[in-house]
Amino acid sequence: MRIALFVTCLTDTLYPETGRAVVKLLERLGCAVEFPAGQTCCGQMHFNTGYRRECVPLVRRFAETFAGYDAVVTPSGSCAAMVREYHERVAEAAGDARLAAAVRATPAVYELSEFLVDVLGVTDVGAYFPHRVTFHPTCHSQRMLGVGDRPLRLLRAVRGIDLVELPAADQCCGFGGTFALKNHDTSVAMGADKARHVLATGAEVLCAGDNSCLMHIGGLLSRLRTGVRTLHLAEILAAAEEDRAPAAAEEDRAPAATEEDQAPAAPSRSRPVPHSGKSPQSPRTAERSTP
Amino acid sequence: MNGPTFLGTPAFPSAARTALADTRLRHNLAHATTTIRRKREEAVAEVDDWEALREAGRAVKERTLRHLDRYLLQLEERVTAAGGRVHWARDGQEAARIVVDLVQATGEREVVKVKSMTTQEIGLNEALADAGITAYETDLAELVVQLGQDRPSHILVPAIHRNRAEIREIFLRAMGEHGRAAPADLSDDPQELAEAARRHLREKFLRAKVGVSGANFLVAETGTAVVVESEGNGRMCLTLPETLISVVGIEKVVPTWQDLEIFLQLLPRSSTGERMNPYTSSWTGTTADDGPGAFHLVLLDGGRTDTLADPVGRQALNCIRCSACLNVCPVYERVGGHAYGSVYPGPIGAVLTPQLRGTAAESDRSLPYASTLCGACYEVCPVKINIPEVLVHLRARVVDEGRTRKVPSPERLAMAAARSVLAGPSRLAAAQRAAAAAGRLLGRDGRISRLPGPASAWTEARDVPVPARESFRAWWRRTHR
Amino acid sequence: MNARTEVLSRIRRALADVPEGERPEDVPVPRAYARGGTAAAGSPQVVELLTTRLADYGASVHLVSEGAAPTVIAQTLSARGAACAVVPQGFPPAWLAALDPHRVLDDRPRVPVRELDRVDSVVTTAAVAIAETGTLVLDGGPGQGRRALTLVPDHHVCVLRAEQVVARVPEALARLDPVRPLTFVSGPSATSDIELDRVEGVHGPRTLHVLIVV
Repeated sequence: MRIALFVTCLTDTLYPETGRAVVKLLERLGCAVEFPAGQTCCGQMHFNTGYRRECVPLVRRFAETFAGYDAVVTPSGSCAAMVREYHERVAEAAGDARLAAAVRATPAVYELSEFLVDVLGVTDVGAYFPHRVTFHPTCHSQRMLGVGDRPLRLLRAVRGIDLVELPAADQCCGFGGTFALKNHDTSVAMGADKARHVLATGAEVLCAGDNSCLMHIGGLLSRLRTGVRTLHLAEILAAAEEDRAPAAAEEDRAPAATEEDQAPAAPSRSRPVPHSGKSPQSPRTAERSTP
Repeated sequence: MNGPTFLGTPAFPSAARTALADTRLRHNLAHATTTIRRKREEAVAEVDDWEALREAGRAVKERTLRHLDRYLLQLEERVTAAGGRVHWARDGQEAARIVVDLVQATGEREVVKVKSMTTQEIGLNEALADAGITAYETDLAELVVQLGQDRPSHILVPAIHRNRAEIREIFLRAMGEHGRAAPADLSDDPQELAEAARRHLREKFLRAKVGVSGANFLVAETGTAVVVESEGNGRMCLTLPETLISVVGIEKVVPTWQDLEIFLQLLPRSSTGERMNPYTSSWTGTTADDGPGAFHLVLLDGGRTDTLADPVGRQALNCIRCSACLNVCPVYERVGGHAYGSVYPGPIGAVLTPQLRGTAAESDRSLPYASTLCGACYEVCPVKINIPEVLVHLRARVVDEGRTRKVPSPERLAMAAARSVLAGPSRLAAAQRAAAAAGRLLGRDGRISRLPGPASAWTEARDVPVPARESFRAWWRRTHR
Repeated sequence: MNARTEVLSRIRRALADVPEGERPEDVPVPRAYARGGTAAAGSPQVVELLTTRLADYGASVHLVSEGAAPTVIAQTLSARGAACAVVPQGFPPAWLAALDPHRVLDDRPRVPVRELDRVDSVVTTAAVAIAETGTLVLDGGPGQGRRALTLVPDHHVCVLRAEQVVARVPEALARLDPVRPLTFVSGPSATSDIELDRVEGVHGPRTLHVLIVV
């Protein structure tokens, strides 16, 4: 089985650690994954903003890049939904029958939790993450893909995790792609409520399956110096106990990035904020709660 | 009483900014939408065949719309045979003129009205006022809006933006000017407020000679009109006057009486979260010795045929005005109905208004963008209108219309630039290196707090991470070759 | 072109994508929802369900035997302190046996609406009742009267027979004649217009008594 990783343009550029975590996780599960270098973007931003014409070449590139693989795995519910729900329609609307046929021939695209649970058939991926975590189920994962409780089943099996339920979890965070810019006041108002719910959990880490939503909520949490950081699901699932030895994981890191790096057990993107009461290596990890 | 209109409404983002700053509005909306969401959820959960009902409702609407001319002609024939008169109106102005003429022909100077979105849409009260005819709104929330010289902000509960204290103040201030005053010791207890409305309106119901309504459904097969309501004000207006005028959009027709068995189950549970609304009235033409002796049905196009002409946008005409999509919408919940600049606010308004009115005005062009596409609206819609799909479709329409302009908008330029960067991996990699370099200049402690240009809208309230020094693709190339 | 012709031709133009020969029945309408009841009309289960559903709306419901019906009707009115009740034509005379005839107002000739506003109660039958939704349907048939009768007075006593109670909405519609003016009543009048909180009692009768003759 040839498995391709579609890393998404956002994760590629801003959150490469998520992509590295997917590779590490899948390899640990005995799954060889390839990264077709021709990939760029699924075209969702153009499509959802109304720029269908500009979306067509991106759809074509996607179909060409991933042709011949058995499955595509991506750490984004939203991008997976774009490919699954709309690529064929974009091709048809463009009146390009050959492209439509190529799109139909594209291998199945799985969001990460779907791939792990449905294709690999695992929920315990051998992860160790001794932190208090809350999970935001992103809208497109839930309402377009229907991933259901797959991410939570994966998280519940993580050793050491203190998983706490997020109030009003099904409420949109307010990102919405270009909505975050075009209607930034409303976007921030929604994000503020999401952040309030996150803070109410007392979690140290907010986890989700989409870096786009995390960029929005995390941007607010960071601006407010809340001391809560955001992590993609892949990064928690990739974390393992052996990573806690200081010397591990070094070879994965980009040389230039090391000076800013966290302790390996707590991969981080928004840096822990000074006033945070909790240490990233918080000892309150033994007990486990089931939401 | 001539309330303010929506003319001159600013585009959604700026109207939303004003609304977001209104703390009382935010509080009232959050309270009301949370209450109704929970009720709807419970009412729907106890129905074991809900999904089958939704699918049947959607399918009936599709069948009707695809053969609308045929059903309207059948309806017209049956209504006429049952003693009613059918009038056709190309647009709102024509519909309003028909109603004004009909009222004038009775010699009456006042009418009582059942809450009706369609008469709001055509500005009927204003047209009647211009002709010297007073229209009394009789739905409690509509009464609050009318007495408060306000605008409706919700399909089901036009005064959803008002709390009980505000309603009490409006009743105390304005009821006396238009009839029986509210008691001086009126409290903000909803029971007392409802009692005040009952007493204020009773006199008007008893003397009314002309009633004006909309209709929730029209049955083609039998010529039957249906009004679904709660308070009994609808029954008063439909039963006591001598003349009844119903203004109804052409999309409200359903083929058969049997089809109502679907909608009478879908509507109340989606709308007020009740198993059934307190009162539903149906009538076919006129009946000897029961109710109005004259019945006029005004069928309104008003942009509906334009909507029908778009095979994707057409599904917006499935709408049965339940307002479930408003109640679950995270955008509506925070900004309220006025920001949409239309009698149809919320997600359904964002797809209906630009289709009914067109996209010439900037405020109407901004509506398809008033959504995060979270999909909550589609999930609850009892007739399965795929609102996110139509929103994105209308965005494309707005963009394509903008392409004819010689000077491209900054957004169009940005989208073209993004498309060019994403055209291939080498360009993307180059852009990533440039972004990382720029990010190091802008960023501090791994985050950027101020971005230049249009991106500053992001950093007004949100940080953004500094682009990685090594993109994923660069890492892959370094480690996997 | 008049408005009628123009609207119809706009519709036909708008539907250019619909194939020429398509008939309405070519558009499938799957009726996979429940059309029949789980329990038979008039069975104890549906009567009990109707009772609980009506009570949820704030209506009072009593099951009575045929023999006790006249007394219970009289008691219901006197407990209310009703000086006068209007009764439509065709209401079973036997059920009025325990009432003081001076307190019963016949709707023939039609009681003017302002006088109706001073009447305390109205006593009617119904055409059909729907258990699942707690709904009574009046169709203006014998004992039900014109619509204003059950609207203007503040107190409505509705007497129905168990066999008139069906389980679900589709069964009820199948029993009704849409050409007659119909009123579906689910509890006393109510509003949710103030903060979306339900308050019982606005313009229609604020008190609803339902007697089911079993």
